[in-house]
Amino acid sequence: MSVDVTTKIELETIGLQAYFGAVRAVHGVSLRVPRHQLTALIGPSGCGKSTFIRCLNRLHEETPGARAEGQVLLEGEDIYRRGVDPVLIRRRIGMVFQRPNPFPAMSIFENVASGLILAGVKDRRVLDPVVERSLKQAALWDEVKDQLKKPGTRLSGGQQQRLCIARALAVDPPVLLMDEPTSALDPISTARVEELLIDLKKSVTVVMVTHNMQQAARISDQTAFFLMGEMVESGATDAVFTNPKDSRTEQYITGRFG
Amino acid sequence: MKVSPWFDRWRKWKSRAALLLLVGGCGLAVLPLFAILLHLIRQGASALDWAFFTQAQKPVGELGGGMGHAILGTLAQVGLASLLGIPLGLACGIYLSEFGARERQGAPGTRERFASPVRFALELLASTPSILVGVFVYGVIVVPMKKFSLMSGALALMLILLPLVARTSEELLRLIPQHLREAGLALGLPRWKVILSVVLRSAWPGVWAAILLAMARIAGETAPLVLTSFGNPSFSHAWDQPSASLPLQIYTYAISPFEEWHRMAWAGALTLVLTVLVLNAITRISGGSHERRRHD
Repeated sequence: MSVDVTTKIELETIGLQAYFGAVRAVHGVSLRVPRHQLTALIGPSGCGKSTFIRCLNRLHEETPGARAEGQVLLEGEDIYRRGVDPVLIRRRIGMVFQRPNPFPAMSIFENVASGLILAGVKDRRVLDPVVERSLKQAALWDEVKDQLKKPGTRLSGGQQQRLCIARALAVDPPVLLMDEPTSALDPISTARVEELLIDLKKSVTVVMVTHNMQQAARISDQTAFFLMGEMVESGATDAVFTNPKDSRTEQYITGRFG
Repeated sequence: MKVSPWFDRWRKWKSRAALLLLVGGCGLAVLPLFAILLHLIRQGASALDWAFFTQAQKPVGELGGGMGHAILGTLAQVGLASLLGIPLGLACGIYLSEFGARERQGAPGTRERFASPVRFALELLASTPSILVGVFVYGVIVVPMKKFSLMSGALALMLILLPLVARTSEELLRLIPQHLREAGLALGLPRWKVILSVVLRSAWPGVWAAILLAMARIAGETAPLVLTSFGNPSFSHAWDQPSASLPLQIYTYAISPFEEWHRMAWAGALTLVLTVLVLNAITRISGGSHERRRHD
């Protein structure tokens, strides 16, 4: 599938650079993320793809000594513009991490609703439907609907990761970032998460870091290849995998390094 | 390789001897506690009656009296010290853990430059001999006010409680993995909310235990009170008057020449030890159940 002109661009980076102290981890990446599509970021370990994705919701700067330069446009508005509150940006751009990280002191219900509860929403008539909707979107509802009061950490690893996806979806973000969301999961849990992602991208724009090239080929619409902090190339997934423009991309996807 | 039977026996004998040494060491270590408890119960249990808990010290020559005033004084001083010291200690702990973290890259930032001396100062304060804390408060509060007071005693206890709460809560908050903070931030929660509702809440069973232990510790402190709240033979909970406390009253009763006062000193010691034991037990039980709930 090609990125045609009629598709709206939800998120766009222009010359994005990311630093850890004096070390530059991302070198001037410009990438357009079309709305309601799944963009996969691939590349070997340490190539800067995780750092890049953490710049998209301004989480990178929470690491002591880290900063970013350049522009990230969310629906045309630069989230790095002076005076923009990162807290408000993160409400519109959800994130799921590599390791499942449910809040240990909270039940399944509280975990899913935490984004709302901690923002001051207390009314069960509001929370109940949101929790049900999010858990259904994350394909976890049937497994947990009778045990919503149990601690979230009691679930299996795969269930915990879907719980975290539900938690991110509960605040209804138009964009969802996923940093290797299946790398800590077994193949069956991975397949479940992939299925739900295919479903999810009908309503949410997804940017996903993955180490698994088959996964990128299976479920993404657009693929960007990162190497040593640079984005070597990006384009429709079919094109990148079958007819890469850059020889380094070809070498990587044919398994000659990385 | 063939092992000679003699060598094998020698090895097992050594193992048994080593184990015996370890078990014996453990036994010796807990023996004093049971010896103290047993002794206190034998000497003091008979004086534990209603009057003991409700009456103050009687004038010499009069029969009866008790430690009610001392129990009340200890409650007031520990309470006041906790009321001031716990929020302050928690604030320090939260700052050091959440804002004064070591920066991973490059030169230390301003926060680190501020946090390390604070951490070091708290360490020093925690290891200051408690009589020195008493002397300090004596010089700063008691001398200018020209009188011993409950408030100065509470302040001295607070100075002992504060570093305990600050350092332990910092350590416990640091144990909460970074990825939980990021999960909270990524949900669009402001930093303070993440710290209180995610980080502190996750660490709370441990922090609460640390608070209880610190309170148990100051409830038994004697030295800082000698020069501050001084002791008082009668009921008084005025903040600017000398106040009795369990440890000081035990001392007063113990050095007296009267048989009955000696018994009350024993009973007071028993009360104090039991209070500390109960506080520790509560810590254990509540902490333990939280631990179980979290991990199964």
